[in-house]
Amino acid sequence: MCRSVDVRRAVLAKNDGLAADLRAELAERRVTAVNLLSSPGSGKTALLELVLRRARERGLSVAALTADLATENDARRLARSGAPVKQVLTGGLCHLESAQVRALIDGWLPDGTRLLFVENVGNLVCPASYDLGETLRVALMSVTEGEDKPLKYPTAFGAAHLVVLTKTDLADAVGFDAAAFTTAVERVNPGVEILHTSARTGQGVDTLLDRVLTVADGAVPHVPLLAAKHLREHGHDHGPDSADPDHGPAHSHDPDHGPAHSHDPDHGPAHSHDHDHGPGHDHGHERAPEPSTA
Amino acid sequence: MHELSIAAAVVESATGVAREQGAEAVAGVTVRIGELSGVVPDALRFSFSLVAEGTALDGAELVIEEVPAHARCGGCDTRFAVGSPPDLWCPHCDIAAAELLTGRELELAEVRMAGSP
Repeated sequence: MCRSVDVRRAVLAKNDGLAADLRAELAERRVTAVNLLSSPGSGKTALLELVLRRARERGLSVAALTADLATENDARRLARSGAPVKQVLTGGLCHLESAQVRALIDGWLPDGTRLLFVENVGNLVCPASYDLGETLRVALMSVTEGEDKPLKYPTAFGAAHLVVLTKTDLADAVGFDAAAFTTAVERVNPGVEILHTSARTGQGVDTLLDRVLTVADGAVPHVPLLAAKHLREHGHDHGPDSADPDHGPAHSHDPDHGPAHSHDPDHGPAHSHDHDHGPGHDHGHERAPEPSTA
Repeated sequence: MHELSIAAAVVESATGVAREQGAEAVAGVTVRIGELSGVVPDALRFSFSLVAEGTALDGAELVIEEVPAHARCGGCDTRFAVGSPPDLWCPHCDIAAAELLTGRELELAEVRMAGSP
């Protein structure tokens, strides 16, 4: 007769715990981490280079980690912006884990850094399962990839706080159907904002930086329905505000706090935040028309 | 193919449970995988047998419980299957779901110890 033990423990509990600690530590240092997820070739490095450049022009302290299986090419490109950049070579691993991010920033991340961009391994499957201690998770896709990609990779797009469309300067050339893309995104992540960007024309770069800064200033990001529970419950109180002594310690998890989303008294109830979702993305959730690709 | 990492996490976690229980070996584990967890059961089975080799889980049975994704509509309070690819809008009211109830699970549900010698 064998003994059974009910454990009901998250398989990735170790990563999730390390990520939560990292998020708290970053919040204490007033650093906001942004996790960028996309396929290889979506143009995230080109866009990030521009974002870093604009951020520095605005006098912001920014830094970036960029992960690839091999080569330091991306780090060289990003370093042209003048921001501190570190290349992560995963040696074949298809995703980053929070322990790697933790080890990399120790002794490297300059004090006073406001924004830390983490360019994940180009892959829309595996990185979606790993919390890296970020406050903002961004899923990116280029106009050359097909409007239904969010449906094919629902976990990556569904759990994102922000969706970024890249290479929009090529949209006409490839006959990109923006309405179909919006519908696909809305289907897996109702209410998420979609930013249109082009690293070639500079479209949307400032807006993207503005969105990141808004979150860094303590605004509550969009809450995706697919966000893993730990992100939904604990993702709200890690902004710089939570490091503010007036707000009490981050992660207090006081039973008196009641349900998730009410951790920060200043934040009020979920969905009362007033960030602009842009046309068609208000919380009234008006559904976009069916995609032609569906 | 992050199932290899997932399998390693399952083995590590189950080994810890066995140690807490004073068991030397694990006969089997049950893992619950949500439809929207991003984990492929077949890939996990394949990875598990590789990772378990030479550990307390060597030869252990892996039972995978697949959990369908369900959401709740805040309008009519209906619980509905979101399907694949997922559609998080209520089929009756055509408004976005209020919450995802199930489908993101990736958990070690049960560890079965091998009988004492």
